[in-house]
Amino acid sequence: MSDPTHLSLAEARDALKSKRLSAVELTQAHIDAIEKSRALNCFITETPERALAQALESDLRIARGESRPLEGLPLGIKDLYCSKGVRTTAASRILDDFTPTYESTVSANLLRDGAATLGKLNLDEFAMGSSNETSAFGPVVSPWRRAGDPDAKIVPGGSSGGSSAAVAAHLCLGATATDTGGSIRQPAAFTGTVGVKPTYGRCSRWGIVAFASSLDQAGPITRTVRDAAIMLGSMAGHDPKDTTSVDAPVPDYEAAVGASVKGRRIGVPKEYRIDGMSAEIAALWDVGAAWLKDAGAEIVEISLPHTRYALPTYYIIAPAEASSNLARYDGVRYGRREQGRDVTDMYEKTRATGFGSEVRRRIMIGTYVLSAGYYDAYYVRAQKVRSLIKRDFDEAFASGVDAVLTPATPSTAFAQGEKGAADPVEMYLNDVFTVTVNMAGLPGVAVPGGLAANGLPLGLQLIGRPFDEETLFSLAAAIEQAVPKIERPRPWWRES
Amino acid sequence: MSVDSATVRRIAHLSRIAIEDSEVERLRGELNAILAFVETLSEVDVDGIEPLTSALPMQMKKRADVVTDGGIVDDILANAPLREDHYFVVPKVIE
Repeated sequence: MSDPTHLSLAEARDALKSKRLSAVELTQAHIDAIEKSRALNCFITETPERALAQALESDLRIARGESRPLEGLPLGIKDLYCSKGVRTTAASRILDDFTPTYESTVSANLLRDGAATLGKLNLDEFAMGSSNETSAFGPVVSPWRRAGDPDAKIVPGGSSGGSSAAVAAHLCLGATATDTGGSIRQPAAFTGTVGVKPTYGRCSRWGIVAFASSLDQAGPITRTVRDAAIMLGSMAGHDPKDTTSVDAPVPDYEAAVGASVKGRRIGVPKEYRIDGMSAEIAALWDVGAAWLKDAGAEIVEISLPHTRYALPTYYIIAPAEASSNLARYDGVRYGRREQGRDVTDMYEKTRATGFGSEVRRRIMIGTYVLSAGYYDAYYVRAQKVRSLIKRDFDEAFASGVDAVLTPATPSTAFAQGEKGAADPVEMYLNDVFTVTVNMAGLPGVAVPGGLAANGLPLGLQLIGRPFDEETLFSLAAAIEQAVPKIERPRPWWRES
Repeated sequence: MSVDSATVRRIAHLSRIAIEDSEVERLRGELNAILAFVETLSEVDVDGIEPLTSALPMQMKKRADVVTDGGIVDDILANAPLREDHYFVVPKVIE
């Protein structure tokens, strides 16, 4: 068989099942690709021996006719998921060489279903960032290049930038990711891949390094909609160890791929047509609506009046929760420790040197908005506005809308160093279209919509009713069918 | 609202993050940029609106109050920067 890294996850599954390919061959091909692609800096830790041992077991199981749903399929794991016996960093210096003695529930589900794990993928430190530039292990480079500008290093988005770049560069069949304000969907849009942020509670958060617990959700990044459906089917499910995980059966998501979307009502929210929206993004949005209409869906204009408050609300709630969650990094129980005069001095020095500047900034903002005298004015007010943002969606869905269509990001990917250097808020604006979904706890998917004039990918976002990921998979598959073929980047980064 | 340099120092201490004198001005600028950005929320009418504390309405799950885990002291201590027997070691706290 020619290079098996060109297969989709579903195609690889079928090739293994029909024994046209062995799991060891498939895994070795990905290990070779990873070794030749270190220029992209996708992985913090590579685990080739582990992956090959898993693949060997898969081949034995396939021979015995005991295949599991993801048998022998090599995946990448965002380094925010704890992996038993494998260094887990959250892309932060403060975790040092932390090696969990347990496995996160979601990655354990993937292992239970037979996946092979190639290693731990780079990300923004503690998942705080939109470009992967805040990683303590250096930025990830996107396999995509701007037309006529081969020297600019394009960012893969963030925080799941290692995941999106590794999937786009064919270093793994799919990758786990997490999304707190857009960290699955924005990197997927930037790299021409598919990213699914499930409904809050659909996947267990247990064993995933916490950022903002009321917003964080695990989800997959893959190259096709079907692949995302297959992966989510294994990742999702009830977990008694996460009280917010929902005790509801996991539907057959793959069956929703290719299902008719005839008669579905798709809301187009007028408030997303923000000031200064580029003509290219506006045109992408229109054509996305036209594709769904051609597939039999009905397009209706809707109003989500509190949209413009979502990002400011996020920048109170997420740092507040982060400042509380990250209080655990104190140099006592795990990770790095700096010596100090006394215990407080030890804490302060450990945290000053262990955390990067974006993380320190967010902890300080969070501490401020939770501090005495400011709690009501900032934090409680933000929680009230969050109620209003959620109510907007509740009312849209109550009026009979099945899903909402928006652009995924306000622009294509940019180059390293181009955004946020002078003003952190400039970087935060990347999440303007995605963050509402986390605020309301809804499922969202980013699906490729084509290429911009600069040669970089653009993504569309679909937002669904709570726990109706199936409708999103059907609609995203309809868009995937309609999009003209996207020319993928040639592997300029590969060492021969 | 905006913060002055004394407030920046107070927040840093509350956050248990040491800062150099030379950092205070830059941090003040960055924190004030974020506070200016979120200031827009003050124009929203939130009278009678309940704060949202759970993304989706869900009942808090309860389980029987029994021991379900334990006996893993070595696992818990495995990543400690400094330990002695079955204890985490910290700088002296009590004089």
